[in-house]
Amino acid sequence: MAINASNTARIAKLARLHLSPEAQQLAQAELNQIFDLIAELQAVDTTGIVPLAHPLSMIEEVALRLRDDAVTAPGSAAERKRLMQNAPGQHEGLFLVPKVLE
Amino acid sequence: MTQILNDFPNIASLRSALDSRKISSVELTQTLLNEIAAQTKLNAFVDINTELSLAQAKSADEMIASGSATALTGIPIAHKDIFVTQGWHTTAGSNILKGYKSPFDAHVVEQLLQVGTVSLGKLNCDEFAMGSGNEHSAFGPAHNPWHPKVVPGGSSGGSAAAVAAGLVMAATGTDTGGSVRQPASLCGVSGIKPTYGTVSRFGMIAYASSLDQAGPIARSAHDLMLMLDSMSNFDSRDATSIQTCRGVANQHGRVKQDFTEHDQRFQNLGAKPFAGLRIGVPEEYFGPGLDNGVAKAVEAAIAQFEALGAQRVSISLPHTRLSIPAYYVIAPAEASSNLARYDAIRYGHRTEQYTDLTDMTARSRSEGFGAEVQRRIMVGTYVLSHGYYDAYYLQAQRIRRLIAEDYQAVLGPQCDVILGPVNPTVAPPMGKTDQSPTAEWLADIYTLSLNLAGLPGMSIPCGFAPGFDGSSLPVGLQLIGNYFEEGQLLALAHHFQNTTDWHAQRPKHSEKGAV
Repeated sequence: MAINASNTARIAKLARLHLSPEAQQLAQAELNQIFDLIAELQAVDTTGIVPLAHPLSMIEEVALRLRDDAVTAPGSAAERKRLMQNAPGQHEGLFLVPKVLE
Repeated sequence: MTQILNDFPNIASLRSALDSRKISSVELTQTLLNEIAAQTKLNAFVDINTELSLAQAKSADEMIASGSATALTGIPIAHKDIFVTQGWHTTAGSNILKGYKSPFDAHVVEQLLQVGTVSLGKLNCDEFAMGSGNEHSAFGPAHNPWHPKVVPGGSSGGSAAAVAAGLVMAATGTDTGGSVRQPASLCGVSGIKPTYGTVSRFGMIAYASSLDQAGPIARSAHDLMLMLDSMSNFDSRDATSIQTCRGVANQHGRVKQDFTEHDQRFQNLGAKPFAGLRIGVPEEYFGPGLDNGVAKAVEAAIAQFEALGAQRVSISLPHTRLSIPAYYVIAPAEASSNLARYDAIRYGHRTEQYTDLTDMTARSRSEGFGAEVQRRIMVGTYVLSHGYYDAYYLQAQRIRRLIAEDYQAVLGPQCDVILGPVNPTVAPPMGKTDQSPTAEWLADIYTLSLNLAGLPGMSIPCGFAPGFDGSSLPVGLQLIGNYFEEGQLLALAHHFQNTTDWHAQRPKHSEKGAV
């Protein structure tokens, strides 16, 4: 199955990538090459095989831990400042974004 | 320029020089920072902070003076730029994180600081650890100290290059599909990827969470053991960090104790330390595509294991071929999800011109991410999208189980350890990555399946083979063990290194001039 221009545009949109027309054309060609490589998977009979999401479940039961629903890292003004120092736009300790609601 | 670390073959010898006050950690750190500044062409380091390194060195000297030094106190190391660090910038080799300052340290960084190591800075790597030549880095490629025009491997290319060049005694790396083992192999140094879940991923910038695992790169198996033992312990901040390894608590000392027990057993066997050991050699690792020179060096290393008493067993890992397509579905899928956090709102690059919120995020991401990262995000988004999830993602996870079962069918029933090559060739020349997006991926054939299975594996130098431009370049031997058998792998490698000197070979800097 070949990936066409409209698939490519849809994937880019879902991935939140802004591709120029040339970049999109290149991406389409590359995706087709990549899916040729991946296509080999489809030919394998995996009837009855359970998907493996966590490698250690090969040898033991894996249950992700839950913790108490409690504050683990109490905030402070200094902490807030450190966390905000990387924000590309901020105002009085809040993240600035383009207007979302008119 | 003379290199101070060339006077010390390993961490232990440097530790005794520090203990006997032949040199102080502060003096050593300053000397190495000068050497790093003189070696900028290697491009192994991407951020240096003299003041911070010297402050850590001062603390190390105080630990030594007060008698509270550990096996790693005062040892100069550096961190792959995938680990977040307070003080040094953290970018994951990406323009999207240019100038990023982490408010906290990664768990691994914290652990290594506690035992008194001195960090000399941050090391170059492929962007978000996606690549195998260190050529997908926003800082430009790191170079291989063995030849200025060949790649150091990747993604932990800066880590392997810095250790090989003698700028640090050890470095941290991360291995999602071979990113510790492959650069270690191509730079003639040692590296280990431990069992999934043994080292905390807290503060390690996420690429593919079910595959990512941190591991050290150093000059010898014994040095790796010291590093890994300090890196590996339970951490509640990583949801996949494990509390016990087959009944043994996941804490500092676990790897060391296991290593010591195996080491003792091998020593007791005298001239044939590996008597009774079955080494599995997978037929799939010696097929077409494996370079002759690499095959020869690996075969000679296997013969050395036999000379030390081991018995060679032919084994088969029939699903090896499928590890490439399975990995290149699962890793991009997890990457597309993990990298969704780069939204240009809380941190990271923000574009200058945009129409609305969505447009701002999309334009910022396309400006900030490099080509390989965008490619993998696209693949991952597609295989997770409606209508394709079952056919691609779940199918890849089913095949992941088949690959993991291949190992369980042989490790134990047929052999105790698996030996083979790490990479099909020695380090290739730079500038080849643009040809086809998938060509570079095919070389990952011997390393990917280990991550899919979550097993521990390592690379140790085992010889040289002819490479680019008439050069002679290092070859790595891969050792693969069953879950939690890091200690045994390290002890095996240690005894191999006791009887060979491949790991002691150093590149000659002056020979080629440019680096």
